[in-house]
Amino acid sequence: MTEITKTEPKIRIRGLYKIFGPQPQRVLPFVEDGMGKDALLQEHSHVLGLNNISVDMMPGEITVVMGLSGSGKSTLIRHINRLIEPTAGEILIDGADALMLSPERLRAKRRADLSMVFQKFALLPHRTIEDNAALALEVRGVAKSRRRTEARRWLDRVGLSGYECYYPHELSGGMQQRVGIARALTSNSDIMLMDEAYSALDPLIRSDMQKLLLDLQVELLKTIVFITHDLDEALRLADHLVILKDGMVVQQGEPQDILLNPSDPYIEDFVSDINRARVLRVRSVMRRGDTNGHAYAGDVDADANLESVIAVSGGDTTHCYRVIEGGAPAGELDMKDVVRALVPRVSSSQTAA
Amino acid sequence: MAFYDRMFNGLGLRDWCGNAGADSSMSMADLLAQANPSAEVNGPVFPFPSLDALNDACPAIPPSRDFVASVETGFLAIKDGLKLVLDPLTQPLSWMLEFALLAVESVPWWLMLPVLFVLVWYASRSKPVTIFVVLVFAFLGFVDHLDAAMQTLSIVLVCTGISILFGVPIGIAMAKSNGFQRAILPVLDLLQTLPTFVYLIPLIFLFSVTEPKLYGIAIIVYAIVPVIRLTDLGIRLVDRDVLEAANAFGMSAPQKLWGVELPLALPNIMAGVNQTIMMSLAMVVIASLVSAPGLGVLVLRGIRNLELGVGLVAGLGIVLLAVVLDRVSKAALARVSATHKHH
Repeated sequence: MTEITKTEPKIRIRGLYKIFGPQPQRVLPFVEDGMGKDALLQEHSHVLGLNNISVDMMPGEITVVMGLSGSGKSTLIRHINRLIEPTAGEILIDGADALMLSPERLRAKRRADLSMVFQKFALLPHRTIEDNAALALEVRGVAKSRRRTEARRWLDRVGLSGYECYYPHELSGGMQQRVGIARALTSNSDIMLMDEAYSALDPLIRSDMQKLLLDLQVELLKTIVFITHDLDEALRLADHLVILKDGMVVQQGEPQDILLNPSDPYIEDFVSDINRARVLRVRSVMRRGDTNGHAYAGDVDADANLESVIAVSGGDTTHCYRVIEGGAPAGELDMKDVVRALVPRVSSSQTAA
Repeated sequence: MAFYDRMFNGLGLRDWCGNAGADSSMSMADLLAQANPSAEVNGPVFPFPSLDALNDACPAIPPSRDFVASVETGFLAIKDGLKLVLDPLTQPLSWMLEFALLAVESVPWWLMLPVLFVLVWYASRSKPVTIFVVLVFAFLGFVDHLDAAMQTLSIVLVCTGISILFGVPIGIAMAKSNGFQRAILPVLDLLQTLPTFVYLIPLIFLFSVTEPKLYGIAIIVYAIVPVIRLTDLGIRLVDRDVLEAANAFGMSAPQKLWGVELPLALPNIMAGVNQTIMMSLAMVVIASLVSAPGLGVLVLRGIRNLELGVGLVAGLGIVLLAVVLDRVSKAALARVSATHKHH
């Protein structure tokens, strides 16, 4: 794994455990020996938050951590900026051990390199939108005039110009979260942690905000850790998807991969309700290799989703398309494969029953 | 024959006690018993083992009056030491009160009242409240109670100011430390339940009645409680999500205190200040017993000399002052709360 990756991970988490309770160190050996969440709670009255988590988060990528409530996803993201201290394990940021930082250095790290967006926005109610957005710079001690220009620039970028002098309670939820994002962007940190940032927003605004994030990411290329309980959101945003259950990583990898090859009945159930035509892309279904010798019905882009291909084909399953990736032909796409990919693999738990 | 004689005999303590009855001094009960021998038979069958009852049986145990006397001598013994420490510490309070009283005495009304009204407007930003204050002071001036009212007001304001100065930091410390909160809460409970006159008794012995700090301390000790409690509460109630955000952006402890906790706790602190003002006003009337000037003196005169009119008019003045202080501080509170609304 380490030799193959071209770049070093920005954030590397290794063997991370978090146990809540009065004596986490005492019960840690039981968990390492494989005791589950329920058994730990019943026999030792400790709550297992995270169980042997290892994740690499690449620079410039959006890593989405997905799981239902209680799966430990919010606990995990708070370990990255150490709002929660781990029971055991390693967290490396830019190759340096984040757990070794003194309180002073940790504050400096949070100010410079780690910004965060919260589910409940967590804006300061007594400050104007502009002062809220400028928070990180103010904490760092940047001069007022520069704070102002930076804050205004990012407020403008998230579509809030003209609201600088309003107070948070005068804005709608979606607008407040834009302020939250502007606050994180103004800090100009490499890493952005987003804790269920869109979960409190209604679906249309959420979709807008997802687009905003993707648009921003094209130019900013930040390392984003995004927490969500919504699989559609996860699949839309993720470069790397981590699925948590009961504090354990059930599966992680490229989202398309997880969708096509779920490793666990839990994930099969999860992905069975997804609109696969919209999520799956040509590159995940195509046959790579030789593109000569066939009569192609046309060219399709490797990053196009299957929905668009079906629209192009007019529903005709006899077509075969040439796939263009990065300007050059990369393989072919049989419409029969497309249709086959749309049928989710039957959940193994259902077949068993 | 006292009830507990047998007990002391049984325990073999008779020698330590000395001879009961015979050579002990006669109590009133003994005299009554002699005058009417049947009284002892009719007396309590099983008296509570109090100091007096035990003293009857065993003269070595002191009677209750000695206990009361020893509390007094104990207090008098530490009085000088206490005074040596407290006198210089509290001297600035005397100066401040003297200065405030001198100021309201020497500044002419046509300068003082406009300044007061401007301050009221600045604090409340409310036209109706300001107009009400103008009317109240016009009335008080009209019935010749303006000087007394201003004296009362100046004492209330000085004592409230000092209460805030000490109360807010104590409240912050309580919010930050559970141990400190556990230690302070019983003291606050004590201060709130102790009858107000009880404060005055030790203070009179400690300080001379001519010193303003005597009543200043009585007022502050009584009125400081709500501002401490509500500062503690306000800071503990600060939204944890917002605090988490402050931590996530790397705020230091002082940055959090000044930038997040105190501003978010401000509505609660202001509610505490409002209560403190009202309690200072209540106490300043009682404090006229120990030479606090102002409307309270007139009320006291009304009671002492049965001058019904004097007492009632002064009482009305106090009520009006209370309403004024309450309305102005509540208007200021509302102004602060408006910018603190959530969602």
